Order: sequence, then structure tokens, then C-alpha cells
Amino acid sequence: MVIATPAVKRAEPLFEGTEWTFDLVHRLYEEIEIVALEDLGLDVYPNQLEIISSEQMLDAYASLGMPILYRHWSFGKRFARDQRLYQKGVTGLAYEIVINSNPCISYNMEDNSAALHTLVMAHAAFGHNHFFKNNYLFREWTDAESILDFLDYARRFVGACEERYGLSEVEAVLDAAHALMDHGVFRYHRRPEPTQKELQERRSRIADEQERSYNDLWRTVPRDPSRPEPTLAEIEAKERKKALHLPEENLLYFLEMHSPNLKDWQRELLSIVRQLAQYFYPQRQTKVMNEGCATFVHHHIVNALYEKGLLSEGAMLEILHSHSNVVFQPEFDDPRYSGLNPYTLGFNMMCDIKRIVTEPKDEDYEWFPDLAGTGDWRAALKHAWANYRDESFIQQYLSPKLIRDMRLFVLADQSEESFYRVADIHDERGYRHVRQSLARGYDPGTADPDIQVVDADLRGDRVLRVQHTVRDGIPLDSKDRDLALKHLQHLWGYGVSMVAVDRDTGTVLEESQAAKGA
Amino acid sequence: MRHFIDRRLNPKDKNLGNRQRFIRRAKEQIRQKINESIQGRKIADVGSGETISIPTRSIHEPHFRHSRQGGFREGVLGGNKEFSTGDRIRKPQGGQGKGGGKEGADSGEGDDDFQFALTRDEFLDLFFEDLELPDLVKKDLQELHATKPQRAGFTTAGTPTRLAIRRTMRNSLGRRLVLHRPADAELEEVEAEIARIEAEEEDDFPGLEALYARQEALQSRRRLVAFIDPLDIRYRNYQPRPQPNSKAVMFCLMDVSGSMGEREKDLAKRFFILLHLFLQRRYDRIDLVFIRHTHQASVVDEDTFFYSRETGGTVVSSAIVEMLHEIKERYSPREWNIYAAQASDGENFAGDSDYCAKLMLEEVMPQLQYYAYVEILDEREIELFANPQVGAALWRSYRDVAARHDNFAMKRVGRAADIYPVFRELFAKREG
Repeated sequence: MVIATPAVKRAEPLFEGTEWTFDLVHRLYEEIEIVALEDLGLDVYPNQLEIISSEQMLDAYASLGMPILYRHWSFGKRFARDQRLYQKGVTGLAYEIVINSNPCISYNMEDNSAALHTLVMAHAAFGHNHFFKNNYLFREWTDAESILDFLDYARRFVGACEERYGLSEVEAVLDAAHALMDHGVFRYHRRPEPTQKELQERRSRIADEQERSYNDLWRTVPRDPSRPEPTLAEIEAKERKKALHLPEENLLYFLEMHSPNLKDWQRELLSIVRQLAQYFYPQRQTKVMNEGCATFVHHHIVNALYEKGLLSEGAMLEILHSHSNVVFQPEFDDPRYSGLNPYTLGFNMMCDIKRIVTEPKDEDYEWFPDLAGTGDWRAALKHAWANYRDESFIQQYLSPKLIRDMRLFVLADQSEESFYRVADIHDERGYRHVRQSLARGYDPGTADPDIQVVDADLRGDRVLRVQHTVRDGIPLDSKDRDLALKHLQHLWGYGVSMVAVDRDTGTVLEESQAAKGA
Repeated sequence: MRHFIDRRLNPKDKNLGNRQRFIRRAKEQIRQKINESIQGRKIADVGSGETISIPTRSIHEPHFRHSRQGGFREGVLGGNKEFSTGDRIRKPQGGQGKGGGKEGADSGEGDDDFQFALTRDEFLDLFFEDLELPDLVKKDLQELHATKPQRAGFTTAGTPTRLAIRRTMRNSLGRRLVLHRPADAELEEVEAEIARIEAEEEDDFPGLEALYARQEALQSRRRLVAFIDPLDIRYRNYQPRPQPNSKAVMFCLMDVSGSMGEREKDLAKRFFILLHLFLQRRYDRIDLVFIRHTHQASVVDEDTFFYSRETGGTVVSSAIVEMLHEIKERYSPREWNIYAAQASDGENFAGDSDYCAKLMLEEVMPQLQYYAYVEILDEREIELFANPQVGAALWRSYRDVAARHDNFAMKRVGRAADIYPVFRELFAKREG
């Protein structure tokens, strides 16, 4: 990274040394805000910045980064683990946590130096904040206005249930709900349910149409003999599934609506966990973009402040040191390697978009005809931040140059073979495959197992039938599957059976059950 | 728009509820670990917290997830150096390999045990649960230092009951002197003079106006400079001070002949730990002296005391003689509070028990704060010896001692929960 040469007119640095005061943080915020709003033109929620101690940071870790959350032992477990790791010095703590709410709450650690506060405010209070407010997933799926109220309600409700029905009862439901949390989200918007009036209209329209087009001749036309008449059972099953809106991939929602055994408060607990899962779902899909956006924003802002002379060289060096730690990417054969660093990938891609827009090469004109050389990188980035998620973003914007720079390659693993195959590398033939393969890795729809409720005969055996559609022959972890099935069974109240069906051939690979009372 | 909030002073321990639920969840495993760790710990260390690791099994959070093996998968990695398309890389043997880097480990945990730190209180809670201590005693033992309010000068704020009248009046007097508050006598003198003149009805006495003016001046001055001003008021200040603790020595006496097995020693250890916790609560410094005996006694360190085995007969008096020797040499009763705890399976060399009782009565008990004796029995034997009247020679001899000294306690113990009653009197008497 290059530190831009200072402009002619330099202001006095806002601070020297590491100490910070509230006054200083206020002034820093104002300067950052000027760059963020006037230069970058960001659109943000009002900011609420909170200074917290390391202990409180650990608390926030344990409760999924949220300021309040209902009580559950798993958060205590997380806290105990983080606390131990932190105290042993295995892991450091994050500089900040930011919450997608309105006002946008960000936590800054009190131990941060003045330079780090600058970095963190630019990163969280403007970078993440802008992303939360503008990205389509967050706009569509999460309600920043009401999340804090919801969490507060959830905490009270769970507390009241614990008091009324006992810790173990509540724990059993929450344990089961947590086990199914990944399968408690809607991935697509459903069409709104038609109102009674609309239904009525539709029915009469169909009846009219039938009357109008009635022709006795049709009765005499023989049936296609290759298609046997559906049996009564088949017709029933079809209607049953239609009534239950099956298949349904949101397991928690299905249980909440149709489980024969749950009491109202238990359904409400499921709903709370489901809404929490839904709230976090956009974040899971936009890790690379969100961090890329925030990192790009802080990088731009601190450089702008430095150019104005508002940051001393010492502060700038400290910031750059932290910045390069954040975007550090070990190579695949490095013992520190644990996958691609979302900060690095995101930041590189944002910088690369800026490059394509302002200084395109021939190659870029070919790959990005709509983007290359258009000149306004601010608009191009904001458009990307608003309208993509990781999967589509990579699919759209990962350029051959970046693939070469990061020396990305695709490794294929067929479990029966004793070797990995290098499927494609960063060359002309491989770009598209690398891009596609990387994009798919960031799609929770692909990364999470595809599990759906396919049938439940409430008038018959009441067994809940669940199907795992196996992609590329990758099975479920059998130990966890059986435990999770037990949780599913607990919530359903009757037997549960799961079939693993190959997506391409449709053959049943495996069947597993969790019987009632087992 | 922005808003800065300093949250650092907010109450901590937001996760206390979660933590309690977590410990409740994993209680069985944690308790098992604590029992194991008690065997490995020194008596004096039991009062501190501990990092323990429990199997992840009980606190596992399952969910539907892909297996790490099987099927076809693809992953993108960075930092290629020499590979070109079509290269084959041998999979590492025995491991699950890189798996394309697609799958993160389950929140960073493998099948390893889950490690975390228990605080002292949590540790003791679970430890006490086994011993079935009454709540009051539990609370008592967990508080390390008793405090006692002690006078510490004066403050300007406080409750009326703590008003320091003399100090307040002294301040008041000083202030009145400095600000020239007219004394009662001065005003009375003027008033008397006025009264005298008015009585003589010398209406046009030339000084009368001046006297009125003076009276008025004095009165207004008195109103301005109050007799007692809020400034003067002082309250006695008390500060909690740790109670003056002195030092204590605790003798652990144990029969280590062959008949004392693992179980017996474990019970004995709990017995000693409990006494030590109690002493820790009351004394700044506690010396531990371990005396083991077969037919002869010796002072040993803690490890030898619990874990090495001796063969030989059983002469209990040898340990008592050894203890008396130690007391004489190192722990004068004038300087030390002496406690002793003895654990035995009740066997003794024929005829020795009477000698023990004689020693106890004549020499030991007069010097001791408390002597606790437990006879560790098989759980089946407890039934047989339900009646305290019956027992072996040592038991009978000690019953004489117990009859004559309040601070001698004895009990038969078959399981951990039986231990506490030995101390019941100790806790009741000291803390009640």
C-alpha cells in the first residue's frame, strides 16, 4: 500500500500519542463524517458509539454480538470458552462489534489507542453502517428499527417461560430450536397469502370458466393409457401436501405452524429463534462484501484524513499496521492458512472495482464492458454494495487480474480417490471456473445441507417425513444428524423419518428414523 | 447524527445467568471432574478456582451439517506456486485432509475436551454439594474474610445515630469564635439594660435608640452565624476491617496401615479439606502438619501422607505422642490456635486405646481448640455400628473424652455426606 503524498495545505494533526479522550473521539468522528458523507457520499443510520471494556466485549461475543439476548446455557459455554482463550492469550479480541440496528450501535474497546479508534469508527460506524442500510438483503429481510425491541421482548418472554414452566422445559425447546436454527430461515419471499375475498373471486372465476367452456364431447375422449389413474391415497397425499404448503425448507416455521404437540409458548419460542436466525441470515450471505465494504471505507477515510494532515505519521503507521493485519492472507501451504480471509478478498475486490472503473486494461473491457472506464468508482461501488450478495458479487465482479494476483486455484476432491486434483488455476482456461467455484462456496444454499419437510400425515401415522437432497454425494455427518433428528422429534412429538435422496438420480441413499419416546 | 456512550461502568457479569445455566447443564461432568481433581490437589489449594476440562459430549450442540468425508467437493485456495491444471496431489494419510477448505470446523472445536475455568465459588459450591453442607455454613465458608466495622475518624455525611456530638460542637465553637457570634451573655446584657431603662421610663434616655440598634445588630448577627451550622456537623466514620486473625496449626492424623484403602483415604482427605476451609476462613496463616502412623508415627509431607503405603501394626498413641512432641517443639498454644483432625478405620493395638484416652484427657485436650475424629467404615458396616454405644476399643475410649470435653467431636463416616456432622458443633459454636 502506498501512503499518498501529503497535499500542500496541511492541518495540524488532531492527536499525538495513543491516549484518547471523549473530546478527541468526538472531533475525530466529525472529521471522519466529513470524508464519509461529502467525499464518499455514504448513506448511514444515525450512529451510537459505545465504549466498552474487554470484559464487556467478551460478554458481547457470547451473546452473538447483540446487546441483549435471552438466556441459554450455550451462550454461557461460548463465554467460558472465549474467556479462557482470551485469558491464555490464544486469541485477541475484536476492536469493534457493530449491530445492524437503527441507530447503528457499534462497540469500541476502551483499550484501543486514539489511532485505532479512528480506524474503528471509519470501519464500523460508516463502512458497516452504510452496508447495513443499503444492501438489498438487509433492506428486505431485517428490520433495523425493531431488532432491539424484539431482543428485549425475547429475553423477557424466555425469562417468563422459565419462571412458569421451569428451566428444563424451556431449555429442551431452545436446544432443539438451536439445532434446527440453520434450517429456520426463508431463503425466498413467498407470495402473500390470498385474502378470503380474493379466494372467493378466484373460485367463482374458475366456476364461470368451467361453465362457459363445458363441452360434453370431452367426456368421450379416452384417457391416456400410459398414465394410470391416480389412486385415492395419491390424491389424498397431494391435497395434504398442498394444505401444508409442502415441501417446506424452513423446518422451524413448519414446526411452529403445524407441530401437533406444541403449546403456544413453545411455538413462540420457536418463532423467536427463527426470527433471530432470519436476522442473521443476510450477514451470513454477505461476509465478504460487508467486510470488504467496511475495510475499503476505512482505508479511504484514513488516507483522506492523513492527506489533510489530520493524522500524524505515527498514527498513520499504527493504522496501516492494523489494516495489514486485518487483510493478511496466508498462502494455502502456510500452517496459518484457514481458508480465504473474507477481509482480504472483499477489500481486494473493492479496490479492483475502483481500478477497473478508473484505469482499465484491455482485458477488463472484455470482461466488464459495462463497468470498465466509466470513471465514477464511487457510484460503481455503491451500486455493488446495494445490489449483490457474496455469491452473486463474486460471480459478477471477480476479475482475471485479481485471480492472478491472489493466485487462486480450484482443488477438487473425490473422496474415493487417493489424491486431490487441481481442477483449474489462474489462467485463461480457468478464470470462469475459479470464479464460479468460489462464488458457490459463499452461497449458504449450497454450503448448508438441503433439508425439507416433504410429508406429514396428521390423520394417519403422524410421522414427519424429511428429505435430505444429496448434492455431489456429500452425506450428512451421521452422529450429528441422529442427534438433530432427536431434537426434531422432540418438537414434532411423533416419529420422524429422514431419507437421503440423490439430487441427480433420485435414488434413495439412506434412511434414518427418530421414533417417539426414543 | 451521533451519540457517544460510555458503557464501561455498566454492571458486569451480563453472562452470569448463561454461565449458571451452562454449569447446571454440565453439572454431572463437572462434579466428576472435581472429585478427580480433589484427589490430585493439595488440601490448602482446594479453596482456589480451577481450570477443568469436561467431555464435549454433554454440551455438544448438534445440527444438520455435511460430513467431512465422502462425495465430491471443490474448493478455491489462494497462493498457488507450482500447480498447473490437472496436477494430482496425494491426500495425506490418516487425516481428513484439507477437504477443499470448504468446511469450517464446528465452531473451532474438535472432539477434544471442553476446557474452562471454574471460579472459587463455583468450585466450592459443587464440592459442598457432595458433603451436603447446610446453606448457612456454605455461605460462611465461601466468604474468605470476615470484616468488622472499625472506627476510622470522622466524615461529613452519615446517619443521625452516628452523629459525633463533641466533634460537632467543637467545630461549632471554633466557627462561632472566628465569626464573632454574639454570646448569649452579650445579648442578655443589652436586653437587661433596655429593660432597666424602660422600667425607669426614661423615654428620652439618649442611649436607648443606640441600645435598640445594638440589640437588633446582635440578633441579626446571631441569625447570620448559626449556633450549629451544617458545616460543623461530623459523623463517626466506620470502615470494614478484616477481623484480627492470627495463626493456626492444623494437625492431620491418619492411620496408614494396610486396611486404609483408596476410598478410605479419599474420605479422609475430604474431611481434612473441610476443616482446612473452615480454618482458612478464620485465620490468616495456617500451618498444616501431617502425621501418619502405623505402629510408629512420623511427620511427612502431604503427598507421602496420602499416597504412600506403609505396612505394620496400628498403634494410635504413637501419632498422639508425635503431635504432642510437635506442639512442644514448634507450636506453643500461647501463640497458635491448634486444631487436630484424626482419621482412622478404628483399629488399634490391644490396650493402646486406654493410653490414648489418657493422653487426650491429660495432655492434648487442654491445649487444643478442637479435635475432630472420624472413623471411616465400609458403607455396609454403618448399619451395624448405628448405635454409638457399641464400637471397638478406640471408639469406646474416645467416647469418654467426648463426654468430658465439648471441643472433641467424633463420628463414624461411610460416605462423603457423613463428614459434615463432625464439624457441626464447630460451626455452630463459632459462628452461631
